[in-house]
Amino acid sequence: MNFAMIFIVLGWVACFNAVFMLLPAFVGIIYQEFAGFAFLNTSIISLIIGIALLILIKPKKKTLYSREGFVIVSLSWIVMSILGALPLYMSGAIPNFIDALFESVSGFTTTGASVVPSVEDLPNCCIFWRSFTHWIGGMGVLVFIMAFLPLSGAGNMNLMKAESPGPMVGKLVPRVRSTAFLLYAMYFGLTVLEFICLLFAKMPVFEAVNTSFATAGTGGFGFLNDSMASVSPTIQIIVTVFMILFGVNFSAYFLLLYRHWRDAFHISEIWVYFGIIALSSAAITVNIRNLYDSIGEAVRHATFTVGSIITTTGFSTADFNEWPEFSRTIILMLMFIGACAGSTGGGIKVSRFIIMFKTLIKEIQIQIHPKLVKKIKMDGHEISHETVRSLNIYLIVYIFIFFSSVLILSVEGHDFITNFSSVAATLNNIGPGLELAGPSQNFAFFSVPSKMVLIFDMLAGRLELFPMLLLFSPATWKK
Amino acid sequence: MNIMIVGCGKVGQALVEQLSDEGDNITVIDVDERKVNEASRKYDVMGIVGNGATHMVQLEAGIEHTDLMIAVTASDELNLLCCLVAKKAGKCQTIARVRSPEYSKDAPYLQEELRLAMVINPEFAAASEIARVIRFPSAVKIDTFAKGKLELLKFRLPNNCILTDYSVKDISTKLKCDVLVCMIERGDETIIPGGDMTFNQGDMISIVATPQNANRFFRKINYHSNQIKNVIIAGGGNIAYYLSKMLIKSGIAVKIIELNDQRCEELCVELPKATIIHGDASEKETLLEEGIDNTGAFVALTNLDEENILLSLFAHSIMNGKIVTKVNRIEYDEIIRKLDLDSIVNPKHITAECIVSFVRAMKNSMGSNVETLYSLIKGKVEAAEFVIRERSPILYVPLQELVFKPNVLIACIVRNDKMIIPRGQDTIKLGDSVVVVSRHLGLHDICDILE
Repeated sequence: MNFAMIFIVLGWVACFNAVFMLLPAFVGIIYQEFAGFAFLNTSIISLIIGIALLILIKPKKKTLYSREGFVIVSLSWIVMSILGALPLYMSGAIPNFIDALFESVSGFTTTGASVVPSVEDLPNCCIFWRSFTHWIGGMGVLVFIMAFLPLSGAGNMNLMKAESPGPMVGKLVPRVRSTAFLLYAMYFGLTVLEFICLLFAKMPVFEAVNTSFATAGTGGFGFLNDSMASVSPTIQIIVTVFMILFGVNFSAYFLLLYRHWRDAFHISEIWVYFGIIALSSAAITVNIRNLYDSIGEAVRHATFTVGSIITTTGFSTADFNEWPEFSRTIILMLMFIGACAGSTGGGIKVSRFIIMFKTLIKEIQIQIHPKLVKKIKMDGHEISHETVRSLNIYLIVYIFIFFSSVLILSVEGHDFITNFSSVAATLNNIGPGLELAGPSQNFAFFSVPSKMVLIFDMLAGRLELFPMLLLFSPATWKK
Repeated sequence: MNIMIVGCGKVGQALVEQLSDEGDNITVIDVDERKVNEASRKYDVMGIVGNGATHMVQLEAGIEHTDLMIAVTASDELNLLCCLVAKKAGKCQTIARVRSPEYSKDAPYLQEELRLAMVINPEFAAASEIARVIRFPSAVKIDTFAKGKLELLKFRLPNNCILTDYSVKDISTKLKCDVLVCMIERGDETIIPGGDMTFNQGDMISIVATPQNANRFFRKINYHSNQIKNVIIAGGGNIAYYLSKMLIKSGIAVKIIELNDQRCEELCVELPKATIIHGDASEKETLLEEGIDNTGAFVALTNLDEENILLSLFAHSIMNGKIVTKVNRIEYDEIIRKLDLDSIVNPKHITAECIVSFVRAMKNSMGSNVETLYSLIKGKVEAAEFVIRERSPILYVPLQELVFKPNVLIACIVRNDKMIIPRGQDTIKLGDSVVVVSRHLGLHDICDILE
């Protein structure tokens, strides 16, 4: 294990964090808020830690193997979350540290589950920071660092693999650094596009910035207590469109950017993704049409909710907890499906379901023709046995973590739907669950141990389980 | 630069390693998924699984944006096809590895007609390297300029050499040799010498000269009275064939020991001047019988690395001549270097080196006019060859009137295939090729050497 290199990368993480923190500090200056100092202080602390690590540690070897990659990614996220929680705690916005940590993790992992009872009472700089953590967490902290820092050689791919979601992480262009840069460029472009659209829809600048960040990272932290319910329908429609766009595999945008139209429109995952959105929106619309005045309103709420849940954003225009059981069940199922691989969204990912479905069909055919030779293909490419195997393991681990978490939460004695949906909402990085954890509620009622479990779930969900699990494996730390 | 490498074998991997370190964007293509994964795991490159000669796969790998395509699969035909398809699909330069001797004779024709930037034959390249080593047995390192017409040789000044009392300018006045001393390494110091510099015992000296002049120079300073006259080659493969042809041409007697009688007959027809021995080169008796103890050089070129090493060690114990060992596997390079062997030649490594230096030159020539570039001492001294294609203030002015930066030396001017060791009154003219040795790295233009 190359500890020196791990600390070097962590040092860079701290330095970058220091730079990020200047943004909310600046917002604090604009709105003349005392809380801005908390960000400035944390920024200085981060910078000192970061520079100290970078100066003091001299790595002998610069290579990063797969296990260093995993360890770096999980430790970086933990460090970022703790540093991100400090200003929330120090400014007094969230008086309890575990709560502040929950909020910070929820931000970076783009979950959007909050423990703050009234968001509107938070200082503006804290609101901005929450949204900004979504943005940086959406595409990934280390991907950001890689785009701007010349880290050495091929080991970087191990970092990227550990941080980017999806069963098969590939590069867009030959160099890791260029790939990271391209991803962030497209991400930034789309975010700016949304921001401009929101401005045209007459949203105030500060709110438009926050909404764009939270949508881009598919996070879901709002600046209003009722999330998105009281903003104008035009804004709701814009947000719906962009949530769905940010849930699309970014390699599709890359292909569009380079004018490979045919390839871009032949990614089956995206069609399935759009199909699921259309079908579930239609089903929910039919189911809830009596609750609203017009069919148009029902369609708007249904699409917004479906878009918000499948991309794991977690905004809400309506309290879907109050909807009929059929709609609630669809929503709960969408939580597990999640967005496309290679997007900023969470969940199990559409492509995994496609591969699972194809494996299932193959297995059935093998039952009928025991000597059948068949390979699973997606978009004309063969899916290797390795991928299928790791997908199966992923699912097993997923189920294991899921039910262990539900079990620990159940000790507190809340009802089953609350526990089940809370774990689903955090492990899939969505935000709101059902019942006590529904969209009009928050997660403050959980006890400290339960919050710790949910914090773990959020991190594990964002990093796709294995990096977090490896931290707990003794084999990782053996020399 | 965007480079596409088809074929992920040993040469492919060596290329990937070298080029990805130099900051090029590399895409590797191979039919074997395992090899592609291995390469993209080890290096910062993109891997694509498929047949690199197909248009579809090349498109997927982004042939439109590729500047250079290097085809180094095991099959000559496939390599050529790759280059043809790439040439049609994109606007890239192409390099093909063509190793079979039949095609090798066609190499210049193929290169011309298929408009390939380079045709590389690993065995031929290895043979040239070995031939150079044998022709200048004591030179440590040899680089070539002006397409092989000019050589840069590096050797250590032995004790009691007459050169020890001479200064640099004495070489032309007293020895009457057309060679130029372009670099002296003394201890940790590297000096680009002026005319008054004198030589010390144990200096490492680099000279630029044509092969004939270099020979004369070495004779004059009594450096190599023991010019190699006969060579024994163990193993009669393709390298042996090319090598023998080259050595026979420069008047060295060649003896090849080959086990396979059919191959012996083939060699006999192809190389009438060589002595072909049908026998097992790994047998001590055979070697002794053929007089290994009295030969000038022994070259071990059998198919087995272990056998080559063993034979060389044996040869070393009974003879005083030069010993060249072919080793195919690169991985254990460090250990092999520790053994008591003179020269180790690795065909795959040589191939990769040739291609890499071509790529470097190509990269340099994008936006500059460097033709060839060698790093003489890593990160300290470079030798660059410029081709003068356009007018510039440096032209037609006698060199003694120009003010050069310190530590810059014009080592040679090549005009109409003739080499001129520059003196003060010489001028640089349009169409010349100029070799510059300097401690300023990254020269882009000939004018960069002026103060």
